[in-house]
Amino acid sequence: MEAATKLVLQPKKTRSGDRLMETLMYIWAAFMLLIVLYPLYFIVIASFSDPSAVGNGKVWLFPKGFTLDGYKELLRHSNIWIGYRNTILYTVVGTAIGLVVNISAGYALSRKDLVGRKWLSLFFIFTMFFNGGLVPTFMTIRDFHLYDTVLVMVLPFSVAVFDIIVARTFFRTNIPQELWEAAQIDGCGNLRFYVQIVLPLSKAIIAVLALWFAVGQWNAYFNALIYLQNKNLFPLQLILRDILVTNQMQTALGTGEAAQIALRLSNLLRYSVIIVATVPIMCFYPFVQKYFNKGVMVGAVKE
Amino acid sequence: MHTQKGVRSLINSIWSANRQTFARIGRNWGLYLLLLPAVVLLICFTYKPMYGVIIAFKDFKPTLGIMGSPWAGFKYFEKYFHSYQFSVTIKNTLVISLYSFATFPIPILFAIFVNQLRENRFKRVFQTVTYMPHFISTVVIVGLMLILLSPGNGLIGSVYRLFGAEAPNLMGSPGLFSSVYVWSDVWQHTGWDSIIYLAALSSVDPSLYEAATVDGASRWQKIRFIDIPMLIPTAVTLLILRVGGLLGVGFEKAFLLQNNLNISGSEVISTYVYKIGLISSQFSFSAAINLFNTLINFTLLILVNWVSKKYTENSLW
Repeated sequence: MEAATKLVLQPKKTRSGDRLMETLMYIWAAFMLLIVLYPLYFIVIASFSDPSAVGNGKVWLFPKGFTLDGYKELLRHSNIWIGYRNTILYTVVGTAIGLVVNISAGYALSRKDLVGRKWLSLFFIFTMFFNGGLVPTFMTIRDFHLYDTVLVMVLPFSVAVFDIIVARTFFRTNIPQELWEAAQIDGCGNLRFYVQIVLPLSKAIIAVLALWFAVGQWNAYFNALIYLQNKNLFPLQLILRDILVTNQMQTALGTGEAAQIALRLSNLLRYSVIIVATVPIMCFYPFVQKYFNKGVMVGAVKE
Repeated sequence: MHTQKGVRSLINSIWSANRQTFARIGRNWGLYLLLLPAVVLLICFTYKPMYGVIIAFKDFKPTLGIMGSPWAGFKYFEKYFHSYQFSVTIKNTLVISLYSFATFPIPILFAIFVNQLRENRFKRVFQTVTYMPHFISTVVIVGLMLILLSPGNGLIGSVYRLFGAEAPNLMGSPGLFSSVYVWSDVWQHTGWDSIIYLAALSSVDPSLYEAATVDGASRWQKIRFIDIPMLIPTAVTLLILRVGGLLGVGFEKAFLLQNNLNISGSEVISTYVYKIGLISSQFSFSAAINLFNTLINFTLLILVNWVSKKYTENSLW
């Protein structure tokens, strides 16, 4: 009898403590949401607001002095659209190349009957921790005549060793060796097995790596900064850098009323250009998010 | 004649000793074909530049080529060690990386907290939102910071004025640079970085929690005695990787955040290497600084991995 009351009483006591903790957790989560979302929300409403109201701190929850001038100004900047076009090109081609190169390598390395597997893995992993550095790499790119070409944005740096390891672990846990043995008995070669059986079974890892490559390409500016000179090849991020960071708009300004208007527009342009550059990737990623569990989490942890 | 015979017999003996191995390689030729693109790309664009590293020990002249340029020994390393920029760049790099190192537990705490949210739909929305900043490009993030953190007409200026105070110039002071750098990183990546820990937590056997509940464990006790021990192996692995990059403060963000006002607090090794190498074309000098940096990182990595292997059974290899 005494034991029974104890059993009933004790969970009750802890439950009240748990409930307090639960409430605290939700307050914490709401606070986190606010910290992440508000700056982003602020940019959205600022892009529709009168820039002087933004500057005076009058814009908090809703746009003030609604205007579309920022977006209209955006349409006038042809280099933004050239950048957009280039970025889409680099993202599509770069992602395709990256997937082919890394997923194939990841699969080959996952096979236990690959002779020299240890050495080959080391060959890849070593590059994660040691590299030639900026200047020797720059010289190499020039020697291959890739400087200032479209190719430099999609080919030379498409091997991502971390992704290969993730893919390898995925294949190891999801494609049983017996499957290959059975296919082999039926007279199936390695390449056909890979294309017709392995790839269709691996949509999750393909989706995740595709997302990583696409996001990486969409957001990249370092290689463009170093290896591109021709403005017609610049990706969006490099154009954005001019507008957002080095603020080249203002250097073209004189004084007087025209300059005032130009300054007003350039501030507005900065908000709208952030929206236009970021929205595509934001729309894309929630669709792939459901694969995160299956894909990344499987084995990124060890090995 | 004689040597030719010798070579042939050598090849023969290698062949017969390894016939089985060669046969196995031949049978799986398709796998090597799959590896080929990645291997070729790495040889061309990662291993070939490693050979180029020797220009750090040479007086490299583009017209003479790597081999033709005269040797310089450790001249450029000494030049760096004795330069005014040596202590500045090392200090800034160390401060920023140790500072961000200190934020290492934040994603772990974040994952533990998220794991406590029971309402599934809320949890999903919460994760979607907190991962979001990770997908914003560095350029846009820096642009955002310049807009929002401007003391004059930025959001932070407005917030300070609301309380009748003057906002600090976060982007323009060398002393605050590391804080700006590190906390904006925390803002951007904490949600995303917690994924891996959430994965580790989702693999906890539910019966462990049930058993703990029966024993009358509180939520806090479950975190303390189940969740945290589950996360340690993952955390150690990631920690080792982080140490390997200790002196590797990335170029991308530091370079964008730099301006004339904060330069004495924002010049890190990678931005300095870029300026020396590609802006002022001192190839050998830049390569030497770069190599020095890489070697320190590499040594640290090996050291920490060794220590970890010895004391915690967790290691990268």
